[in-house]
Amino acid sequence: MRLATHPPMPFDYSLLLVGKYHDMLVAGFLLSLQLLAASLMLALPIALVVALLRLAPSAPLRWLGFAYVESIRNIPLLAHMLFWYFGAPELLPEDIKQRLYAGRIEAMSAIVALGLYTAAYMAEDIRSGIRAIPAVQMEAGRALGFGFLATMRRIILPQALRVTIPPLISQTLNLWKGTSIATVIGVAELMYQAGQVESATFRSAESFAFATAAYLTVSMIITGAASWYQHRFPPRAA
Amino acid sequence: MIELVQTYWVYFLIGQYPKGPLGGLALTVLLAALGLVLALPFGLLLGMARVSPWRWLRWPVTTVAFVVRGTPLLMVVFWAYFFLPSVTGVKTDQFTTMLIALVVFDGIYIGEIVRAGILGVPRGQVESARSLGLGYGRAMRFVVLPQALRSMLPSLVNQFVSTIKETSLGYIIGLAEVSFIASQINTQVFTKPVQVYLVLGLTYFVMCFGLSRFAYWLEARTSRRTLVRSAPKAPA
Repeated sequence: MRLATHPPMPFDYSLLLVGKYHDMLVAGFLLSLQLLAASLMLALPIALVVALLRLAPSAPLRWLGFAYVESIRNIPLLAHMLFWYFGAPELLPEDIKQRLYAGRIEAMSAIVALGLYTAAYMAEDIRSGIRAIPAVQMEAGRALGFGFLATMRRIILPQALRVTIPPLISQTLNLWKGTSIATVIGVAELMYQAGQVESATFRSAESFAFATAAYLTVSMIITGAASWYQHRFPPRAA
Repeated sequence: MIELVQTYWVYFLIGQYPKGPLGGLALTVLLAALGLVLALPFGLLLGMARVSPWRWLRWPVTTVAFVVRGTPLLMVVFWAYFFLPSVTGVKTDQFTTMLIALVVFDGIYIGEIVRAGILGVPRGQVESARSLGLGYGRAMRFVVLPQALRSMLPSLVNQFVSTIKETSLGYIIGLAEVSFIASQINTQVFTKPVQVYLVLGLTYFVMCFGLSRFAYWLEARTSRRTLVRSAPKAPA
């Protein structure tokens, strides 16, 4: 990023409301939202599987879940992005690679990195939600002849969901903030566009104010959703 | 892979150091450690302000905390990059910019840890301190904070793990920390991106996993001690 030192300019709202730069910023905002939605869709099922692995009756499966969670959480998201963008595609066969490079590979890599990263955190939230359900519920299910997975699906998970939703919503907030890191591999999301507008116009305050306001608005909606849920469905004693 | 490590390990660890500025893993650790140490007093004040009985102090600090926690760190870095030179009039280098962004961001998060720590001290402790004649400040300093700080220790170690991970954003403003150096190496080698980024990931993993296990151990030890201390004494 280039450094702009200049006398303070009056804040120019028109830049943000109409014209080319407005369109760039809005396009970035929409792409950020798409990244959020797509990686959430990817993260949730993986998180559920990993949480079940971590609670599985067999030790190697538990170890696999542990290895997933720890190896992902102890490496910064930025390093995940770099790996999935620069490294991982090289491992693919030539023809798939060509097709990927022809398409929107940056966005794909960002979604994979964000999805896998968030899944590790969400898996831990789901796991502690499941552990909040008394062990006798599992024992009763098993004694009635349900298998491990059937007991999970029919007895434990429906109860665990209630305590798990609020932490999952706050992980969604982290995911939303994490989408900004996709800038690093050149995904044209909000932070990237704010940087582009800044270097084209030197209007740092305006472009960063737009981005900050947009990030804050979505963060507030997500936080609001969490407190609405907790108010509407307070945790019940199991 | 072996050859890669043999050729580049010094560059990876300290950047161009003797001939140029410090970089690589050493810079990452230095930045994270400085960031956390400088954020600590800041976070302590913020946390105390968030539980203070005075509204004029509590409300603005709560608002700022809410705003910073709803914003990506990268946004804070961009603001610092833009604001610092126009406020101070001096061109700020990437290290200072990143350090200030980290101190602000981590300060807010440490403030939350301090707040939780203070709220975790049993109410009776404050009440007995106050009824013994200690004022608010002295009750805080001699009774509440010493207990709160002890229970916060594991969270602070975890915050250090987050800080190490956060320093990777220095890459974006061109700070030569370990992710940036890894990318430089990747550009020079060109043919081994998978290996280069695996080594980078492994480096972060070793540091952060070690520290988070340490936090886990601390937490287990603290809760054991608390149990022993609060257990009723056997009648003599």
